[in-house]
Amino acid sequence: MTTFEQRTAAAKIIQDALPHAIERVYEFRGDVTLVVKPAYIVEVCRFCRDSAELQFDMFSGVSGVDYYPDSPRFALVYHLYSLRNNVSIELKAFVEDDDEPSIDSVTEVYPAANWFEREILDMFGVTINNHPDPRRILTPADWEGHPLRKDYPLGYETVQFSFNFDEVNKHKPYAKE
Amino acid sequence: MGVTQKLGNMGVVTMRLEDAVNWARTRAMWPLLFGLACCAIEMMSTQASNYDMSRFGMELNRPSPRQSDLMIVAGRLSRKMAPVLRQLYDQMPDPKWVLAMGDCASCAGVFNNYAIVQGVDEIVPVDVYVAGCPPRPEQLIHGVLTLHQRVMQEQLTKWV
Repeated sequence: MTTFEQRTAAAKIIQDALPHAIERVYEFRGDVTLVVKPAYIVEVCRFCRDSAELQFDMFSGVSGVDYYPDSPRFALVYHLYSLRNNVSIELKAFVEDDDEPSIDSVTEVYPAANWFEREILDMFGVTINNHPDPRRILTPADWEGHPLRKDYPLGYETVQFSFNFDEVNKHKPYAKE
Repeated sequence: MGVTQKLGNMGVVTMRLEDAVNWARTRAMWPLLFGLACCAIEMMSTQASNYDMSRFGMELNRPSPRQSDLMIVAGRLSRKMAPVLRQLYDQMPDPKWVLAMGDCASCAGVFNNYAIVQGVDEIVPVDVYVAGCPPRPEQLIHGVLTLHQRVMQEQLTKWV
């Protein structure tokens, strides 16, 4: 079986076993993604890990996506990998609430998700429920804001080329002694 | 000039106090071990045997700021690390100099974002900027020699 056939077969197994949890399956350039309802994400992860045919035992990571003007705004993409079968698959969960986003933690199923979820907590501001260690991981202790959101400013100074060198230089806070 | 004319060759060299003090400061300027990122690798290789920095007086890098004169800021400075840099700079005793090594220390290089301080001169006053990403050891040595030239021209009124 080719990689793509293996992935679609795995997606079909998950979809047949948990039809209430999976909204749809789509593929993009050979990668298969299952869109999961966020309330059932822990259940789907547990099934993927414990099922004898699938054996997605390696957690490759969870990434966050911000679709700013669109709603639902935040999505979390869980990358799972099966060492025994050499199959990788993604589970995508759109977080329901845009203003106070929250989703359950999968650390009870995959302990490796601990730091990835802390990063999402810090960078996107999505509350992770039942997380064993919900503190910030990348930003300094007194940082305000969530840097990877689309409405967060990219930098705090314009790029200094030679045509605007003097203007930027005027506002630069040089250190005195 | 006057003394040797009158007393002849006593085996004594006379020079101005400024020159003597500046000469001593340049010939044994110990840097603070402050490599942050990739430029630290080039700083290490400049300190190693092929491009030896000991021949310019920088015999060893001191990890303690209290025992060093020069801070070579080598690498990207993130906003999280900025208070640490300032604290170490404040702990260095006078006379002290700062050399911003590389593009990231001079002007944040390729990183124009929220996390990197746009130039170390927002935090500490810099004497010499060395450009490069990373600067070759020869460039860093040139920067050090430029700093030595600047120190040789320092005036008595500044440090008395």
